[in-house]
Amino acid sequence: MGERAVLDAASTPLHPVARETLLAALDAGWADPRRLYAEGRAARRLLDQATEVIAAGLAARPSEVSFAPSGPAAVSLAVDGALHSGRRRGGRLVASAVEHSAVLAPGRYRAAAAGDDDLLAEVPVDHAGRVDLDAFGAALSEPGTVVAAVQHANGEVGTLQPLGAVHEACRAAGVPLVVDAQASLGRTASPTDYDVLAGDAQSWGGPGGLGVLAVPERTRWSLPGPAGEPGYGRSGHVPWVPLALAAAEAWQQTQATFEAEASQARALVDAIRSAAAGVPDVEVVGDPQLRLPHVVTFSALYVDGEALVHEFDRRGFAIASGSACTASTLEPSHVLAAMGVLTHGNVRITLPLAAVSPGRAQHVERFCAALPEVVSTVRAQLGAEHL
Amino acid sequence: MSPESPEPTEPPDQPEPPVVDARGLRCPLPVIRLAQAAKDLPAGALVEVWATDPAARADVPAWCRMRGHELVATTELDQGTDGAHTAYRVRLGG
Repeated sequence: MGERAVLDAASTPLHPVARETLLAALDAGWADPRRLYAEGRAARRLLDQATEVIAAGLAARPSEVSFAPSGPAAVSLAVDGALHSGRRRGGRLVASAVEHSAVLAPGRYRAAAAGDDDLLAEVPVDHAGRVDLDAFGAALSEPGTVVAAVQHANGEVGTLQPLGAVHEACRAAGVPLVVDAQASLGRTASPTDYDVLAGDAQSWGGPGGLGVLAVPERTRWSLPGPAGEPGYGRSGHVPWVPLALAAAEAWQQTQATFEAEASQARALVDAIRSAAAGVPDVEVVGDPQLRLPHVVTFSALYVDGEALVHEFDRRGFAIASGSACTASTLEPSHVLAAMGVLTHGNVRITLPLAAVSPGRAQHVERFCAALPEVVSTVRAQLGAEHL
Repeated sequence: MSPESPEPTEPPDQPEPPVVDARGLRCPLPVIRLAQAAKDLPAGALVEVWATDPAARADVPAWCRMRGHELVATTELDQGTDGAHTAYRVRLGG
């Protein structure tokens, strides 16, 4: 059967060089960077270096970059700070219907708790998952709108959002734009159209447990509650220094191979797209061109998503799915549902970086070869081969 | 509609479309049952599927689009003994 083919990069092993850095940092950067003795000062210097690397990657100043306990936490904080700063003008959040649950779940909760549906507007998307710009503009013009949240790219289907036009509409309406770049940082050019940016070190081969925030000085943004640690950016979150160092190392490594990595991933994803499109009653979803290079999603009619994941697993492939019953819930992926595409029989592939998974080209080749038989096997289990 | 009202496109004794009862079944079974029923029906026929599975809300319209059928009505029903479910009425394509 050969080695395991991990085709899900939501959480992957660290970039191998970042792993070395992490191990070294366990000895060199363990101290609390707030301490005044030599070890603490050394940790602080290392953290400052890591922050500078990440800031440069986001075209931000180091003072504008801060950290969070995870990518989703960074996204939630990004929205919270913008809402808090706008509280005197209102409390309405405008978000695309395919935003991460770190945006939508708290937004729905706030609206329900206040008994005011208007506190969250979920703007529809087209079949490719791209936000409807007319509806977005109209939603922004509603009174009391103080924040907009639109992702750079969707982590489930890969579609890039038209952030230039989105940001222009936001500027015209005087509403700050929070951009969730959890799926894209390090995989495609960093976004520049934002007022607050949030990301996850895992997207560029860094460690789990580290979210990043970029809040330009021009943006009115402050968190509710007691102030965070002074001197640690606008979130005030003091990260564990070895994590920040590993994230910065992974960023530098990823940047060094960026072009080759992206074009190789794009070719592999194209191979998967055409293999999937060749299986009867399979629909590849997401924008075919304006997308992340390493993400591809498709859905197979008359196929149970859970059975599909298990059948691939049995054959040596680790794949994710947006179908109901694959994530301990009866609800299917809200992204697929908002796009109006099939939610059952869903396969979601996010390619790990080549540096993390050197065998990925062979894995993809094996996957494409196995796909038709896996789909027909799982269809036959439900007696749905000839529909 | 009352029996005496004129109905130019359908005969007055038009029977109710066949119903596929997929209540309590989880995805992808409601769509599979619907497709099985559709197989034996002529183009242009109506068929209705009743489902409680939340995934059917996305999957029945997606199936219609992929297979060239038309979703003509989606009705939320909350009948006492039948329990809450959704009825999707589909006109089959050619």
